[in-house]
Amino acid sequence: MRIGFYPGCSLEGSSKEYNDSLFAVAEKCGITLEEIIDWNCCGASAAHNLNHDLAIALPARSLALAEKQGLTEIVVPCAACYSRMATSKNEISSNVTMKQKIENYIDLKLTADVKILTVFEFLQKYIFPVVDEHIVSKLNQKAACYYGCLYSRPKETATLEQTENPMEMDEVLVKAGATPIEWAFKTECCGAGLSVSRTDIVAKLSGKILQDAVDRGAESIVVACPMCHMNLDMRRPEIKKQLNKDINIPVLFITQALGLSMGIPAEKLGLNKHYVPTDKVVNCVVKMEN
Amino acid sequence: MARIGVFICHCGENISATVDVAKVAEKAGKLSGVAFSVDYKYMCSDPGQTLIIESIKKYKLTGIVVAACSPRMHEGTFRKAAEKAGINPYLCEMANVREQVSWVHPKSDATTQKALDIVRTLVEKVKKNVALFPIKVPVTKTALVIGGGIAGIQAALDIANAGHQVIMVEKKPSIGGHMSQLSETFPTLDCSQCILTPRMVEVAQHPNITLHTYAEVESVSGFVGNFDVKIRMKAKSVDMKICTGCGACSQKCPTKKIPDEFNEGMGFRTAIYSPFPQAVPNKPVIDRDHCTWFTKGGKCGLCKKICPTGAIDYETQDEFIDVRVGAIITATGFDLKHADFFPEYGYGQFKDVIDGMQFERLASASGPTAGEIRRPSDGKVPEKIVFVACAGSRDKSKGIEYCSKICCMYTAKHAMLYKHKNHEGKAYVFYMDIRAAGKNYDEFVRRAIEDDDVNYIRGRVSRIYEKNGKLIVKGVDTLMNSEPVEIEADMVVLATAVVANIGAESLAQKLHISYDQHHFFSEAHPKLKPVETNTAGIMLAGACQSAKDIPESVSQASASASKAIGLFSSSEMTREPIVAVVNRQAPPNFTSCTGCLLCMEVCPYHAIEKEEIKDRGGNLIKVAARVNAGLCQGCGTCVAMCRNKSIDIQGFSNDQMMSEVMALLNA
Repeated sequence: MRIGFYPGCSLEGSSKEYNDSLFAVAEKCGITLEEIIDWNCCGASAAHNLNHDLAIALPARSLALAEKQGLTEIVVPCAACYSRMATSKNEISSNVTMKQKIENYIDLKLTADVKILTVFEFLQKYIFPVVDEHIVSKLNQKAACYYGCLYSRPKETATLEQTENPMEMDEVLVKAGATPIEWAFKTECCGAGLSVSRTDIVAKLSGKILQDAVDRGAESIVVACPMCHMNLDMRRPEIKKQLNKDINIPVLFITQALGLSMGIPAEKLGLNKHYVPTDKVVNCVVKMEN
Repeated sequence: MARIGVFICHCGENISATVDVAKVAEKAGKLSGVAFSVDYKYMCSDPGQTLIIESIKKYKLTGIVVAACSPRMHEGTFRKAAEKAGINPYLCEMANVREQVSWVHPKSDATTQKALDIVRTLVEKVKKNVALFPIKVPVTKTALVIGGGIAGIQAALDIANAGHQVIMVEKKPSIGGHMSQLSETFPTLDCSQCILTPRMVEVAQHPNITLHTYAEVESVSGFVGNFDVKIRMKAKSVDMKICTGCGACSQKCPTKKIPDEFNEGMGFRTAIYSPFPQAVPNKPVIDRDHCTWFTKGGKCGLCKKICPTGAIDYETQDEFIDVRVGAIITATGFDLKHADFFPEYGYGQFKDVIDGMQFERLASASGPTAGEIRRPSDGKVPEKIVFVACAGSRDKSKGIEYCSKICCMYTAKHAMLYKHKNHEGKAYVFYMDIRAAGKNYDEFVRRAIEDDDVNYIRGRVSRIYEKNGKLIVKGVDTLMNSEPVEIEADMVVLATAVVANIGAESLAQKLHISYDQHHFFSEAHPKLKPVETNTAGIMLAGACQSAKDIPESVSQASASASKAIGLFSSSEMTREPIVAVVNRQAPPNFTSCTGCLLCMEVCPYHAIEKEEIKDRGGNLIKVAARVNAGLCQGCGTCVAMCRNKSIDIQGFSNDQMMSEVMALLNA
């Protein structure tokens, strides 16, 4: 069994801890991820606003390379990368003219048959069957699972069972020994790519998300998207201005939360790389007796 | 020697744009047995029909083939023309070169060839056609009305008042349907019960109407004029003949906490109950799923002890009655999606997010709050209500692409009723478009906005959540620069989508009528046969066909009643003679049928019976099958089963079919 891996720019840069924790969890479960050789930018939030063909062609090249490498399944942990990859795959498999056009652009043949897994699907399919024997600790805290927009919409690429009230991440957190809270902001917008150009809007939207999680007693927020993480974790000074108060709730990646329950050291999971200190979360973790 | 005429229609450009009609006419004219062939722009028009009639007379034609549209469309038209020309109408056949050729193929020689091939097969068939004569069957002048809501009530009264018998079947303990649950009705704000209950009583008292409540249609067989219907009379556990409806049993029943369907779960009822005070018949039934006697095996029995007339009988079982009716009117109504369909609006877990029908009960004088609008969670009068139109409707991602039609109007009504009862209260309506096309409808909505100060916000609601005892409604105002809007409401009313009843699909299958992907019953033609179904003698009334308001339901009910009355206007009706026949031969054979009666076994319509052929002395000569032409639907199953080809369908005989096939193979 070979599982391909598309990191995208975030996992090599701003969200390196997402990358590290994903690999740490996979390694613990004896699973190796095979990176797509010579992968390129997925186009993210920029390409599809400028040129439709480019937005389809960029992910298509990485998909074609994966096929060339003999991969039939790839994990795409970043929500934006996943969304772009899935959109490209959908369009190519349903539109022959587009497929030919794209093959021309990228100078590669492709079938677009590669299965693209979100981080939830990857965990469910490969980690869940073996994870129980590796779980040694309980997160022992109330966690707010935040899914954001790109896993839940549009309908064509969303793989969540209930897009309006998804539960996939909640299930992972239950495995990790946390108590997921019921809250209203699971799929609300964090401000996403406006992070740089309109930080005020991000502060407003992300501020509401943080506030609701805190109001409902959450001790941590868990995410599966580098963009969400950046807005919720890095934009605290702006959020503070907006809300007129400090909010100190830490924001974890789903793989960091799971990693903690597997006894992987916080440092290896990159928990020291956040703007908001994560010690409180780490301190909540209790070793299970058996 | 056959003298066949072939008439090729252009259908304007429908056929001639892709088929070379002149060439088809020319080639058809050269076929063996064809005496005349011609093409014409509109064969179904008056000059077109005249052309056919004159040609039959002039060329002494013995049969004709009209190459045009589907026989479903114009077979009747051309057969009438043939009859006018003096030949038996069943000597006219149609070659479908529109639906099966020109509409589905591009313009090409192959397309023209296919049209010619179809014409050729029909020419060979028509050579073997014989004169047939319509079958006359008696009509049972009784109508079955399924469903006792306003549509069923209207249809039943119209038919009964025309002097015909009506049997009404209603699955609930009372007739009245959804209309009996409504508070006031748009656009006049008159009280729903005040206009409905007299009609309900009229149904119960009408000498021509037999009412079966707490009953369902079990099975239907037969055909137009003579349907045989089996009705399941669900065990009421109360003898309706003895019961006086005093209500002592319901008052004493100890099982009091059953969510009340009539009040949409916002009140409670007992296990022995009559759904509402104005119910017709106003006599209780026992809900066996909740009654202690039935759930706990013979414990309790209080109602039986106190019933002054001894009407309670725990031993009654479901009973079946068989009725024969000439026409069936389906008026089974609709259902509403409930709040639990919407995860984004709290999955139904917020008590104060309710649906439109629940609001009707809150606003109704006979409702759980006696008409005061109080929210379900704590009984407080809400200071701010948000109404959400199009909850589920017109939403492809929810699987409901259609407009539920009634919500714009009832939402305006709800907001208005709230404002009339709470002058200080604030009402907001989120909407996509306001669809108020109806007499005095738009005026009504404007009244809500302009006179009653209801705030209409054009935009959708993305989420509703609870915070600090308030319901936060997040939406967008698309007319205000698409600004996000957040309203802290005390109660939210969702105008949820109108959907088909849960049992609609299985009822449609029992009736052999078609339904659409949303399980609404299909009319025979969307424009010209809006109340008929594809099954002759079965009509539709009300929201079982599509979402409808009261005036529309009543109009359609009267329309379908008039179809039934029309059917009953003569004591017999004619049917197409396309039925199976067992051959008859001269004695001593009498028939080639050996009397194996396999055909009898397979006939889905029970149209085949055993016949004993006897001599004059009454001695049995032979047993054979005989087809009851009144019951036979011409499906041909018996023909396929017959081992020695003794049974055949008139107009579609084995011989005719073989000629068609051979015509194609011998091209």
